[in-house]
Amino acid sequence: MSQSPPSLRRRPAPPLPWLVPGVVAGGLLPLGGLLLAALRGELGANPVQEALLQTGGLALALLVLSLACTPLRRLTGWSWPARVRRALGLLAFLYAGLHFLIYLLDHGFVAATVREDVLERPFVTAGFVALLLLVPLALTSTRGAVRRLGFGRWQRLHRLAYLAAGLGALHFWWGVKQGGAAPLLVGLLVAALLALRLKGGRARP
Amino acid sequence: PPPPARPPGPYDTSEAVTPYAQATGYNNFYEFGTGKDDPARLAASLVTQPWTVTIDGEVRRPVQLDLDTLRGWFAPEDRVYRLRCVEGWSMVMPWQGFELGALLRRVEPTGAARYVRFTALHDPEQLPAQRPSFFGTTALDWPYVEGLRLDEALHPLTLLATGLHGRPLPGQNGAPLRLVVPWKYGFKSIKSVVRITLTRTRPQTTWALAAPHEYGFYANVNPDVPHPRWSQATERRIGEARRRPTLPFNGYAAQVASLYRGLDLRREF
Repeated sequence: MSQSPPSLRRRPAPPLPWLVPGVVAGGLLPLGGLLLAALRGELGANPVQEALLQTGGLALALLVLSLACTPLRRLTGWSWPARVRRALGLLAFLYAGLHFLIYLLDHGFVAATVREDVLERPFVTAGFVALLLLVPLALTSTRGAVRRLGFGRWQRLHRLAYLAAGLGALHFWWGVKQGGAAPLLVGLLVAALLALRLKGGRARP
Repeated sequence: PPPPARPPGPYDTSEAVTPYAQATGYNNFYEFGTGKDDPARLAASLVTQPWTVTIDGEVRRPVQLDLDTLRGWFAPEDRVYRLRCVEGWSMVMPWQGFELGALLRRVEPTGAARYVRFTALHDPEQLPAQRPSFFGTTALDWPYVEGLRLDEALHPLTLLATGLHGRPLPGQNGAPLRLVVPWKYGFKSIKSVVRITLTRTRPQTTWALAAPHEYGFYANVNPDVPHPRWSQATERRIGEARRRPTLPFNGYAAQVASLYRGLDLRREF
């Protein structure tokens, strides 16, 4: 197999070349499962609610995983967590967007209903703001955006991910009739990750 | 084979009945867990035979008796009722049972009786979620307790159900004896009842104690009074894709609205 000499390549090939594609494929797997179950009518008695719960849960889980990357890299010295962080964040945004789209579909895209929900019900407000916060992060997830913004500004902007995850956990907590263990666990994880970051002092690139 | 058709009674809805699989597979019965499929998965542990019911408090003829004896007192009736959960979903349930009012008249409430308190089975051996979790907590304080005003309890719509879809009531739906109050959110319709007590004062009920700003004593279905965290204006009928508007008193306003004349339904939610 012929390979171009290292001097001609823009960057050396990273180790574990399957890492990021693997994470993306793995992250899309539950979406495939969800679509298949929906087509086969296997989402239970309340399929819309089930789809809402699954997409919302996946969004939160992926967001928490993306936040865990930097502490994991620091604790272990491994470099691979930093390389999958963007994929995890974008997957979280994908699922959060789907979650909102299903909510809109469920309410027939009636603007008045959605406006009332977003403005008057803290449960919906928290989830909506969390999704809004993810939009600029998704838009600036490219290398080019980091260059244009400068690393310091880009990094400050992307700290919003913690706020989004916190609001997401609150949204989850408020969405269940009586506080369950799962929303509490997510909230504690976000708090712990935030504490780890604050304790870690200034982040390195 | 489908059950023989019977002429609809004055309280029956003619809306499409929720199929047996959904009506018995998607349930809230927190004694088994908070997941919708927990009750159907775990209800086999519920022992419903024998089953003793106590009727006491402000009655002239208090009684403790076996459920089979109690059922023998009344001819079973079919009632097809709407069921609206406080979470925003609904079903149409073909119950079999008898009017609570018939039972209450038989035990003769005293002149001091104003309310009825219902108590569900408390037995962590049979009801796994009554056992404390790893964190030492339970979802609610057990036993589950519900209550009605005496006039609500005597209303002919108020049923004690022992069957569903022409079969004995499954454990996940509150076997062997449950309350059905079709104009109130589902949590008022307490399952697996062991005690019915007539009282002078308003009973402290489980959800109203757990979250008083969210769940009131009355819990009448009301599209105009939102839950603090979600709207109650619409509901998803299980089996339908689109949400439908929620009706005042769950569509039973003609029968029950007069019970609440002069009551501020926003305050007494």
